[in-house]
Amino acid sequence: MKIAVIQFPGSNCDIDLYSALHDVCNADVEYVSHKATSLDGFDAVMLPGGFSYGDYLRAGAIARFANVMPAVIKLANEGKPVFGTCNGFQILTEAGLLPGALKKNDSQKFVCETVPLEVVNNNTLFTTQYQAHERIALPIAHGEGSYYADEKTLDELEANHQVVFRYASENPNGSLRNIAGIVNKRGNVLGMMPHPERAVEALLGSTDGLRLFKSLLENGTVKTEA
Amino acid sequence: MTTVRIYVTYKQSVFDPQAESVLNAIHQLGHEEVKDLTVGKFFDLQVEGDQAAVENTVKEVAESLLVNFNIETYKFEVLEAK
Amino acid sequence: MKQAMTPEEIKEKKPYLDWSLSEKEYDYISEKLLHRLPNYTETGLYSAMWSEHCSYKKSKPVLRLFPNKNDRVLQGPGEGAGVVDIDDGQAVVFKAESHNHPSTVEPYQGAATGVGGILRDIFSMGARPIASLDSLHFGELSDAETRMKVDGVVRGIGDYGNCMGIPTVAGETTFDPCYKGNLLVNAMSVGLMDQKNQQEGNASGVGNAVMYVGAKTGRDGIHGATFASADFGSGNESQHSAVQVGDPFMEKLLMEACLELIQDHAEWLVGIQDMGAAGIVSSSAEMASEGNSGMDLDLDLVPQREPGMSAYEIMLSESQERMLLCVKKGHEEDVKKIFDYYDLEVVTIGRITEGHQYVLHHDGQVVCDIPVSTLTDDVLEVESEEKKPQRLIDAEKEANWVPEIDDVAVVYQELLTQPTIADKSWITRQYDSQVRTSTVVGPGSDAGVIRVRGTKKALSMTTDGNGRLVYLNPYVGGKIALVEAASNIIASGALPLAITDCLNYGDPTDPEIFWELHHSIEGMAEACRVFDTPVISGNVSLYNENNGSAIYPTPMVGMVGLIKDAKYVIPSRVQHAGDKLYLVGKTGDDYAGSELQKMMTGDIAGTLADFDLEHVHDYLSRLLQAEQSGLVASAHDLSEGGLAVAAAETVFKTELGLNADFRALDKKQFFSETPGRMLVSVAPENVAAFEEIMQDDAMPAGEVVATQWLEVHLANAELNLPVTQMQKLWEEALPCAMKSKD
Repeated sequence: MKIAVIQFPGSNCDIDLYSALHDVCNADVEYVSHKATSLDGFDAVMLPGGFSYGDYLRAGAIARFANVMPAVIKLANEGKPVFGTCNGFQILTEAGLLPGALKKNDSQKFVCETVPLEVVNNNTLFTTQYQAHERIALPIAHGEGSYYADEKTLDELEANHQVVFRYASENPNGSLRNIAGIVNKRGNVLGMMPHPERAVEALLGSTDGLRLFKSLLENGTVKTEA
Repeated sequence: MTTVRIYVTYKQSVFDPQAESVLNAIHQLGHEEVKDLTVGKFFDLQVEGDQAAVENTVKEVAESLLVNFNIETYKFEVLEAK
Repeated sequence: MKQAMTPEEIKEKKPYLDWSLSEKEYDYISEKLLHRLPNYTETGLYSAMWSEHCSYKKSKPVLRLFPNKNDRVLQGPGEGAGVVDIDDGQAVVFKAESHNHPSTVEPYQGAATGVGGILRDIFSMGARPIASLDSLHFGELSDAETRMKVDGVVRGIGDYGNCMGIPTVAGETTFDPCYKGNLLVNAMSVGLMDQKNQQEGNASGVGNAVMYVGAKTGRDGIHGATFASADFGSGNESQHSAVQVGDPFMEKLLMEACLELIQDHAEWLVGIQDMGAAGIVSSSAEMASEGNSGMDLDLDLVPQREPGMSAYEIMLSESQERMLLCVKKGHEEDVKKIFDYYDLEVVTIGRITEGHQYVLHHDGQVVCDIPVSTLTDDVLEVESEEKKPQRLIDAEKEANWVPEIDDVAVVYQELLTQPTIADKSWITRQYDSQVRTSTVVGPGSDAGVIRVRGTKKALSMTTDGNGRLVYLNPYVGGKIALVEAASNIIASGALPLAITDCLNYGDPTDPEIFWELHHSIEGMAEACRVFDTPVISGNVSLYNENNGSAIYPTPMVGMVGLIKDAKYVIPSRVQHAGDKLYLVGKTGDDYAGSELQKMMTGDIAGTLADFDLEHVHDYLSRLLQAEQSGLVASAHDLSEGGLAVAAAETVFKTELGLNADFRALDKKQFFSETPGRMLVSVAPENVAAFEEIMQDDAMPAGEVVATQWLEVHLANAELNLPVTQMQKLWEEALPCAMKSKD
């Protein structure tokens, strides 16, 4: 499975995703420039955290017009795995690959800490190595992570089991229904504010994020055929 | 050349904690008579073309880039037409 | 462009006095250096380059007291940042810089651009920044304006560092009334590089290009350098124009482009330097001076954000996110391609010339034609008068304050809620401390620790400045500043390598303040020699005054240490029930300048006892040896609040408690702030080996227990307090103080 990590101007968790996949999971991974127009040959794509285009206007709002985005959308429409964390999640919602939007945190402040999460749906490409309703802890680090969607959309998300992660203790940003991560209806596009790539080595304090990448590598393209 | 100002705000239904805290601050200054407040941003665009073309451009720019319809809404006004 | 005044008018009307150039300096420049009257632009350039901020003309004589070499130092003071060998062909690059005046005027932008400036210093050396630290000193939080400033500074540091993707991993924040009208923001950055990539700010080789990259030049920050070197009177509002605005997104692109150029195409590059204080003039003149070259610049080619800027404004602008490169002739297009990829502006604005003249063209005229060295090397050093401060002479005649502690539990709990002591998570949560996934130890410990990818190594880093102690005794306080930093580094399991500093003082033309500067440097320098931690970079911030009242003399020490094997990073919190506690170092009756004194009397006063540096160094070195042998489970340095606060902090955020045997100490000594002490825990199986190494310098002090209780036995008191309740007080104090309304 060959994975692309997209580098937008202002991405800064690209190295984190890359090394989680390359150094820790021994995966076949390559950086791809935002200027690329094709993702041919890649089986999955990851959008890293950071401040693409300085987060000017709205987080992710300008990145969605990057040259590479049509290729990302094409790959998503082919049912291949697309993963976005933090700024990557914001870009996925701005690009319409995931419903809803991410507002400024209720506190109006950036927040960096490790928070408890519930794995709500362990039956996605990205979560099969977790137990259902398992509690894990992952770092968050964002200023605009308050998930918003209208009631109807939220109800649909719940009904379709699209809510994958929920904040399990204090809600750190004001996200509606404590939503921390969602998949699209088809189940191949995951966006989440927490950073699993920051929790893959014991030396750095936690390995709770490792199984997300292992799930994806194990499930690969198999499940996407469904 | 026409100068157009586009205002972008959260939709009414979307909770805006920033507006809440600014309103609180205003009340702390003693201005209880201020009952509500909206926070938003505006963009001044200098656009070429006739009125219809300008409006078209403005709508397209607002709806494709400046506004996220999941949470935001917008309006615009012509400030100056030369 | 017409110039505001003719040279004759300048001589007569002396506008340079407002730019902090003295008449003596002006006369020296015209009579001895130029043998003619300088024109308007030239006078402006001299006043910026001869400011204390750029020239260190007042502090140089005392800065020479610092050691700045040892076997590991690859680059000492004088370049963008200092460089230290960390083996395997790698080097750590670091520097700290103050941004006190801009942050006092505009906390958010002042702090943000402080971070931006120090990051450019690091990547201009060829290093990738891997961590940021800060040292912040504010007035009291009971003041609403101070609370706004705290909020602004913290957001500024966070927004810039977070966007750049550089983790902020350690720092300190203190609160004292003397910083109310003149807060301190000292930012430190640490970078990592392969030694082969080391760059310098050098421009040489006749015909080589001088290239400008990054943001456009505007009128922001004109005379920021002299602004930073002038007393802070009332009416600060009029100085708002001198504050720069930061764009971290631009800086991120600039960093990636510069590092790509340096790492992949060093052969095209002669030199590179950040345009910091005094903008284009300081970077270009310093580079030409370093290369012993002449330089010819066409200011019409400088990218400009505003129309109608004068030569003087272009040269002195402190617009952010700009770099100056000297590129080999013929490679201008190659370099341009790299910056083009990042959508960054890049322009050749001049050439290296024969000889040593610094020539500027603007609007078809030569607006400056002076020898380069007159800007950089001929600055008149100022001999400063000094006099021992009267308050110190008076204090020596008085007996020191001795606390009378009635209920030790009440004092203890109150102490934990003092803003200087309280949990700083409200601040550090706003900083991304984990980006780049290398943070082994983040904020809230003695030192931040970053692993070096691809090796077993890790780097430990800390910032420490205790103005209270330096105020009471500059010499001893200077020694303590260094020992405190070294203790933090050693607590984390690292060997102290070297330091950077920010020397924050009042008006040095006051002989008492210069005396403080001189004697605190002597104390620091002596400790630097004992710990073999040379000063490799830093800056001086003088005139930290507000309406004639100076801050405490506050030298900030930024220290970096090396951990050879990240397996032996030592946590500051206890790890296992049953581990034995030790108190390393002797406890005396040291209450002058303590947090306890401030809390109980509302002020600080008294004299400091001197201490034996060699002895402290000896046992701390042995402690490090024990840590590197895997004998130490946790180690936490004792500082503000003494043993009492350290004991609490070692169990906070764990699920453990202590049964602490401090019967050798009485109630008041529980709060004493004797320097050079550490609270250490050791697994039972390592006790014998640990005691063998530490001998009399580690006193057995009870053990770690599985229940969340702090049971403390003192000579004349017994305590048994619930950890969770104390932790709650400690955690809630700062957010609560920030929310207070009055």
